[in-house]
Amino acid sequence: MSLLELRNIYKIYGELHALDNVSLKVEKGEWVSIMGPSGSGKSTMMNIIGCMDKPTKGEVLLDGVDISKESAKNLTNVRRDKIGLIFQQFHLVNYLTALENVMLAQYYHSMPDEKEALEALDRVGLADRAKHLPSQLSGGEQQRVCVARALINYPEIILADEPTGNLDEANEAIVVDLFHKLHNEGTTLIVVTHDPEVAEVAQRTLVLRSGKLAKEVINENFTGQIKFDHE
Amino acid sequence: MKKRKMFLRMITASLMRRRSRMLVALLSIAIGATVLSGLVTIYYDVPRQMGAQFRNYGANMIFTAADEDFTYDDVEKGISQIDSGDIVGVAPYRYETVRIRETPVVAAGTNMEGAKATSPFWSVDGQWCSAPEEMLIGASIAEKYRLSVGDTVEVTYTPEEEAEDGEVTVDNFILFTVTGILDTGGSEEDYIYMSLDDLETLTGTGGNIDVAELSISASADALTSYMNKINQNVGAVNARLVKRVTASETTVLSKLQALVLLVTVVVLALTMICVATTMTAVVAERRKEIGLRKAIGASDKSIITEFMGESMLLGLLGGIIGSVLGFIFAQQVSINVFSSSISFRPLLVPVTILVSIAVTGLSSLMPVRSATDVDPALVLKGE
Repeated sequence: MSLLELRNIYKIYGELHALDNVSLKVEKGEWVSIMGPSGSGKSTMMNIIGCMDKPTKGEVLLDGVDISKESAKNLTNVRRDKIGLIFQQFHLVNYLTALENVMLAQYYHSMPDEKEALEALDRVGLADRAKHLPSQLSGGEQQRVCVARALINYPEIILADEPTGNLDEANEAIVVDLFHKLHNEGTTLIVVTHDPEVAEVAQRTLVLRSGKLAKEVINENFTGQIKFDHE
Repeated sequence: MKKRKMFLRMITASLMRRRSRMLVALLSIAIGATVLSGLVTIYYDVPRQMGAQFRNYGANMIFTAADEDFTYDDVEKGISQIDSGDIVGVAPYRYETVRIRETPVVAAGTNMEGAKATSPFWSVDGQWCSAPEEMLIGASIAEKYRLSVGDTVEVTYTPEEEAEDGEVTVDNFILFTVTGILDTGGSEEDYIYMSLDDLETLTGTGGNIDVAELSISASADALTSYMNKINQNVGAVNARLVKRVTASETTVLSKLQALVLLVTVVVLALTMICVATTMTAVVAERRKEIGLRKAIGASDKSIITEFMGESMLLGLLGGIIGSVLGFIFAQQVSINVFSSSISFRPLLVPVTILVSIAVTGLSSLMPVRSATDVDPALVLKGE
């Protein structure tokens, strides 16, 4: 059984078919990139996988359970328990420290645990920045806090939306490096990106065009090794 | 870490680290709480303050004899039934017909300090008399006898006892100095005023008085209960209220209190609108944060709880500040309007804080509720 399966998904807004009969499977521990130009349906797909939207038609199976007909409230619970989100704009709560931002995810999930949150920050190399506010962190550091927040509750899937879109090359490398680490630890990664360099480090790249799955590229050279060398 | 601890940590962080934003909200809440607690303090203090003002209109209770004998001791028994703090002044009066230049005049013996307190509207040209053999004379008397301040005049009294065995009745007389001329616009101008002791010396009889005027600072109800208590417990005294004064006091007071109440209600309504507007703005600018919280798994309920927690904490702070400033505000108003200080009401502190929390909470409930409609997908993509 696949961890995530989309079966004949349609998302229709009036005349517009944002997603038009899309089917795909993501296995546990897999690293998948989703690419496509603007208006190709990337965001819509992201919202559906991230349990923030429902398809007009079709089934979304997460761990074998169809979540496509769930209420908004239940979707919130699924999102909280199974999905870790990483955003292009980082979206940290600006009046909470790095540590508190990570603990916020714990707070909604179960119990805040300062020690565990610190460990998560340590994993992204920010243990010494734990008490800093987002405004005192660089873009790359903020994104790493966002990664720590996404992984703190051991989600089934980490869903990243243009995670490197606002980062410079050096920070992009650090984040991709983190993805490698996560992947090696068995985390399932779905990364939506414009950047072919980021896309092609994944095991598989799906290309969307006009709401349809246009191309699927298996990365033959995928080694699971760190590709960027930012040292 | 307990969830509650994290909750408190979040809401305090939101207030402390977003100081400039929160200061505006806090200011509007604190001003509202200040005006509210100030006006309520004034509302409750108005009767006391105005009671003191009304004492300018003179006595509001009269003691007369219940039977033949009525002495100053009886008056003191009556006074003992009244809270000493409420008594503004007591003036006993004894009236006798005396003669000046062989024409009859009514002389009133009284206690000058008491008369001054019970009749503050009396206007004296010259000085109140303070020593023996000094007197005040009414303006009509002064005109009739062409007397002015500093003049001396002989006052004669003929004792009532029948002359026995054909003895000639001897007139008593005292030479008085006029210290002041009394101008009241009323019948007092036809009298002469001297101390009770002088009148007793002049007449050669002492003890009895005719009437005592009391000025008491109390509400109409309290006055009635004092009156009943005195009539019940002090047999020699017949106490009654000066209706003309007490009734008008009650009318003016109730109108004034109604006015202050109206202003308080209007201000409270305006404050609520102001706080609601501020809270709406505070919530609106945090839509993205709400979207983010929802995206990482916050339920609507926990978002409402967090925002309500924040606004109630703001309400608490605003209420505390308002209680302090409100008292200062009421004090200033009292000093400027009534020229007296105001009494602190401890109960008003928790009431102000609770009202402030309730108003802030209620006025944030609506914008927070609508904020939970934010689509969590809002935070994806560069919106």
